[in-house]
Amino acid sequence: MENRPLEYDYTVAKMFMFTTVALGIVGMLIGVILAFQLAFPELNLVLGEGLAEYTNYSRLRPLHTDAVIFGFTLSGIWATWYYVGQRVLKVSMAESKFLMFIGKLHFALYLVGVVAVVASLFLGITTSKEYAEFEWPIDIAIVVVWVLFGVSIFGLIGIRREKSLYISVWYYIASFLGIAMLYLFNNMEIPTMLGANAAGESGFGNWWHSVSMYAGTNDALVEWWYGHNAVAFGFTVPIVAMIYYFLPKESGQAIYSYKLSLLSFWGLMFVYLWAGGHHLLYSTVPDWMQTMGSVFSVILILPSWGSAINMLLTMKGEWQQVAASPLIKFMVLGSTFYMFSTLEGPIQAIKSVNAIAHFTDWIVGHVHDGTLGWVGFMIMAALYHMAPRVFKREIYSKSLMVTQFWIQTLGVVLYFTSMWIAGITQGMMWRAHDEFGNLAYSFIDTVTVLHPYYTIRGVGGLLYLVGFLMFAYNIYKTMSARPVEESELQNASPMGA
Amino acid sequence: MNIAELQAYGYFALVVFLVIALYSYIYHLYSTDKKVGGHDYEKFSNMALHDDLGDAPVSPISDDKEK
Ligand code: HEM
Ligand code: HEM
Repeated sequence: MENRPLEYDYTVAKMFMFTTVALGIVGMLIGVILAFQLAFPELNLVLGEGLAEYTNYSRLRPLHTDAVIFGFTLSGIWATWYYVGQRVLKVSMAESKFLMFIGKLHFALYLVGVVAVVASLFLGITTSKEYAEFEWPIDIAIVVVWVLFGVSIFGLIGIRREKSLYISVWYYIASFLGIAMLYLFNNMEIPTMLGANAAGESGFGNWWHSVSMYAGTNDALVEWWYGHNAVAFGFTVPIVAMIYYFLPKESGQAIYSYKLSLLSFWGLMFVYLWAGGHHLLYSTVPDWMQTMGSVFSVILILPSWGSAINMLLTMKGEWQQVAASPLIKFMVLGSTFYMFSTLEGPIQAIKSVNAIAHFTDWIVGHVHDGTLGWVGFMIMAALYHMAPRVFKREIYSKSLMVTQFWIQTLGVVLYFTSMWIAGITQGMMWRAHDEFGNLAYSFIDTVTVLHPYYTIRGVGGLLYLVGFLMFAYNIYKTMSARPVEESELQNASPMGA
Repeated sequence: MNIAELQAYGYFALVVFLVIALYSYIYHLYSTDKKVGGHDYEKFSNMALHDDLGDAPVSPISDDKEK
């Protein structure tokens, strides 16, 4: 047998790169459809009355959120883990048949899960808890997938050559542990077929149907402890893991302050878990919990900005790279949007502000400046950096990437600015009243006023989707672009014209 | 003392605790950084910058085994 030198094995990373792109397209396409449905309600019936059940807004909305969160984002997290993990631990997956098998099984079961989720949500099978819509059989499958992810993390750590764990690995471990805990507690549910009523009858409902173990306010509390920390451990922590690896690597600059990265890590871990109460302000949860949620939300600015500023300062003295490289542009704008949404969030968490913001489009704006500007940009940047290294080819086109960057940036700006105006207008109109306390407007008045902003949001979202298709095309063409030498892959990624 | 007061004291204690923990951690980071034989934390960035399979690890795991 020939004696080839050991190399990193990106088989599993490539598989997850594929689902990142594919599910990104699906999720964002549905997002654009939703946005236009809000502006032009006739679109609920695009395929006719007969199929309205499958094309209406309420059926599609959970498909959007779950496709972008558990499809696009999660795949991105795993694609980068199976790439970064090996590299910073200096151990190849080719060295362990076991880990290779676990990695592939992880991907295969994940695919099964995706199919089950898409099919069941289309059929309208749902627990009706936001971001936790899956019924119990799927929940069990997800737990298995998650355990495999854990085996893969700790297995790789077990055979590593590098003794210390790089900061990104800390963040990946935190995502793993955080989501495991949240998911288990929030999805505690009882299949209705196991229930019995006072008359002794049992076996209610379909076999897949279940009810939450919590009721009323408790259910809401657990749900938002989960929901908020899903943002923490899905949209923040693993994305920070990515930027701590990909920005230094692509720019060739050491992290501005490694100590600050450790400090913000613990800061984030301590503070995030207490902030979930800000989703339930003015609701029936105890007042002190609401106040605690607000206060911790404001404190959360510190660790968040600690990471973001650390990233921006990593570029100190090297700002010409931002101008020169579209890949660095994505990451620098990503961390800027991270700062932006982590300033906006705490403002919305102040009780008096939340009184205007809650239930309005301002929240949706906040969601998307975080997800489109930070999560989306960072995942695309990570895949752009990985593509030349896993395919051993240069990125197909730099100019396409630059064009994509500007189109998407415009898209994000249109999205959040329109939602700010719409949200604050909505909030003010809902509470406006005359001197006798009669409401000044009815609900339909707000709908009329908001129509132009909904259209602008739709256009912004469409631009972002177009950019994402350009990204997909660029990655696809990279697979057959000019082959490159190992030496070209040290730092800045090679790009074709 | 009613529950609200208790919560307020508890809350205050938690904040004080977090502040102390945070500052001691900063102190810990900077003092081990300077100590001879301590970590040079900033060197850890090299784990990302020099991450080829052939690159020397920043702190090889085999160091432990030799001891
Ligand atoms: C310091 C950090 C942050 C704080 C304090 C914060 C605070 C908030 C607040 C107060 C709400 C509105 C709750 C309501 O009235 O309904 C909210 C909603 C939301 N935020 Fe943030 N946010 C932060 C960062 C982020 C980031 C970085 C992202 C995503 C990348 C994000 C994603 C979301 C999502 C998805 C929701 C909507 C949840 C829902 O109602 O379905 N947040 N956040
Ligand atoms: C092409 C881009 C996108 C468009 C046009 C879009 C559009 C939408 C629309 C119309 C809604 C419903 C808002 C409402 O109920 O009023 C929504 C919700 C949501 N989207 Fe997107 N979206 C896009 C991309 C993304 C991405 C990439 C992510 C995450 C990575 C994301 C995460 C979410 C979340 C978490 C919600 C629920 C927000 C809440 O309940 O407050 N979206 N999106």
